[in-house]
Amino acid sequence: MTSKDPEAPPRVGLFVTCLVDLFRPTVGFAAIKLLEDAGCTVEVPLAQTCCGQPAYNSGDRKDARAIAENAISVFEDFDYVVAPSGSCAGMLKRHYPGLFSGDPDWQARAGAFAGKVHELVSFLSDIRGVRAVTARHEATVTYHDSCSGLRELGIRSQPRSLLASVEGLELVELEDADVCCGFGGTFCVKYPDISNAILDAKTGCVEASGAGTLLAGDLGCLMNMAGKLKRQRSRVEVRHVAEVLAGMTDGPPIGGR
Amino acid sequence: MRITSPAFKENARLALADPQLQQALGNVRSGFIDKRETAVDALPEFEALRDSARAIKDHALQNLDLYLEAYEAKVLASGGHVHWAETAEDARNIILGICRSAGARTVTKGKSMITEEIALNEFLEENGIRPVETDLVEYIIQLRREHPSHIIAPAVHVTQAQVEADFRRVHDHLPVARDLSEPEALLGEARRVLRSKYFEADVGITGANFLVAETGSSVIVTNEGNGDLTQILGKVHVVVASIEKIVPTLEDTAQILRVLARSATGQDMSVYTTVSTGPRRWGDPDGPAEYHVVIIDNGRSAMLGSDFQDMLRCIRCGACMNHCPVYHAVGGHAYGWVYPGPMGAVLTPSLVGVDKAGHLPNASTFCGRCESVCPMKIPLPRMMRHWREREFERALNPAAARYGLKAWAFLARRPALYQAVTATGMRLLSLLGGRKRRLSWLPLGGSWTKHREFPAPEGSTFLRQMKARARP
Ligand code: SF4
Repeated sequence: MTSKDPEAPPRVGLFVTCLVDLFRPTVGFAAIKLLEDAGCTVEVPLAQTCCGQPAYNSGDRKDARAIAENAISVFEDFDYVVAPSGSCAGMLKRHYPGLFSGDPDWQARAGAFAGKVHELVSFLSDIRGVRAVTARHEATVTYHDSCSGLRELGIRSQPRSLLASVEGLELVELEDADVCCGFGGTFCVKYPDISNAILDAKTGCVEASGAGTLLAGDLGCLMNMAGKLKRQRSRVEVRHVAEVLAGMTDGPPIGGR
Repeated sequence: MRITSPAFKENARLALADPQLQQALGNVRSGFIDKRETAVDALPEFEALRDSARAIKDHALQNLDLYLEAYEAKVLASGGHVHWAETAEDARNIILGICRSAGARTVTKGKSMITEEIALNEFLEENGIRPVETDLVEYIIQLRREHPSHIIAPAVHVTQAQVEADFRRVHDHLPVARDLSEPEALLGEARRVLRSKYFEADVGITGANFLVAETGSSVIVTNEGNGDLTQILGKVHVVVASIEKIVPTLEDTAQILRVLARSATGQDMSVYTTVSTGPRRWGDPDGPAEYHVVIIDNGRSAMLGSDFQDMLRCIRCGACMNHCPVYHAVGGHAYGWVYPGPMGAVLTPSLVGVDKAGHLPNASTFCGRCESVCPMKIPLPRMMRHWREREFERALNPAAARYGLKAWAFLARRPALYQAVTATGMRLLSLLGGRKRRLSWLPLGGSWTKHREFPAPEGSTFLRQMKARARP
């Protein structure tokens, strides 16, 4: 199924991630638009669910592996597998192969699969060479570096440089942009008070930045930060970076206005 | 030392509600991070040094028996004594024996985490021997009858005003009207009080940052020079160290020192690096008459060859906790034992058992900042996850969490069912979100909504919409 002709548009399987699927389909549609604009053929396999992080990070390797087998089987024939999340892409790329240690066949499949996986924004910029997008967003925005994308996949400059090409957008740097927002998957409900203390420091920096819009590349972090900002009655609007890059900002922001 | 790690949640709650602690923790959030970054940026070869430091320790750990024996032979040849302690209790008894045969009533101590681990001070006191901490900050901790909350800055949880109050309380022989408002005044007073103690002490006890197999030397780094005084003014010098402190050569030591201080405090080098080899020899201007090394296992050899072996590379620089958002929020005492922060979250379960310390590796967002700054490139999040796996295998985590996870995993492996269930759930949540597009309260989601709103889903799930589109 892999395209043979080097000139043919690459076939990209969109791993939409469970949170985007359930909570924010707009990000999925934004990802399709951005990938198509970058010359890719995009397919969305319907047999996808989740990357398995909740199981993996709770110590349940067995279920994590079963979920990984499903994802690999569904996606391994694409030229690329792209996810609009650094955390899920990191899971597929950096952690899947380790789940199959001691099983050479599956490990080889997981390794080959991992080689095809990319996070959306870094894929556009590093693999497809996209330097500018055609979008408009009249706002002062700030950007939070989600941990897995930043540290597992080295995503830092890519979203900033693509955002710089959005008409009307002014990017201001967030203090401590590279510090965790306190989400951490199940961490935020297992240790709500600690999570809240970390989150409080983050939203303090967001307010201090003076930006009207907060962006990031991971829906988990975004829901966490949006939830706090709204509880604090902040006017800051929160969106996934792909929505802005694709010019799909007509709908309400995450957590409403 | 009593382990309060099982009460981590309660410890954390108290810590978050303690304004003085929160004020003191502000210093960790700012100072250490910037200083380290400046020091690292100034050294282009820092990354290469990290790799070489890691390789040195990995090699030493792979040949640990060999190097420990070589080290012992060298210590004996230099006229020193080596004692092997399998457990904390063995170590305490050995040290007490050495103190007793020296007729010691007072011992001075240099800063050492391993003596905290084996709860040496309490034990010596119970046996009629007075331990005096000579590191300024350890001295403060001792005055407060507390334990360190950080491995290199033990009193980072204490504010300057609290130190002043402690000094006025304990140093009651000094004039009440003296000015202690500046840090220098506090330092000067501690110096003067401590100086006399050095001369009273019969035994000096230090830890070791390195045990050098090549020469039989122990090496400590300090910023106050108190380690030097501790070990040369007593008649007897006792070095207490755990097995993984071994490095093959002095050259290796120098190599690792280049990453140690930079990672810890952002200094190029600590102010004092003291190498001691055996007792005083003929012609030496000073030094102890007796030199003892107590080498402690206390659970470490069981980590060799396990998923946790890499943890034994740790050089106790503290960078991981300095960069940890959870440590920043709750401080070191909440972790409930000797070692806090990410390194404690891996080491504590290894040494006291995951049944007691299970919260520690769970209380992490896996943000990965610790691993990114660890000079020894220890994969801390990965090992915390290994601890979660051990807990899960032994069913130590809460039943509700396990069943919830199992139910979710059951669905996640069955895409069609998963989509049917989630589509209904999301539609409902979306309706509940109303015009505001958020919920302030969620059934079963109280842990989330306690502190934040819950953003409502848009409505129909993405995959539902794609499926509808795919239909001709
Ligand atoms: S784990 Fe790494 S960063 Fe933490 S104290 Fe040890 S050597 Fe330093």
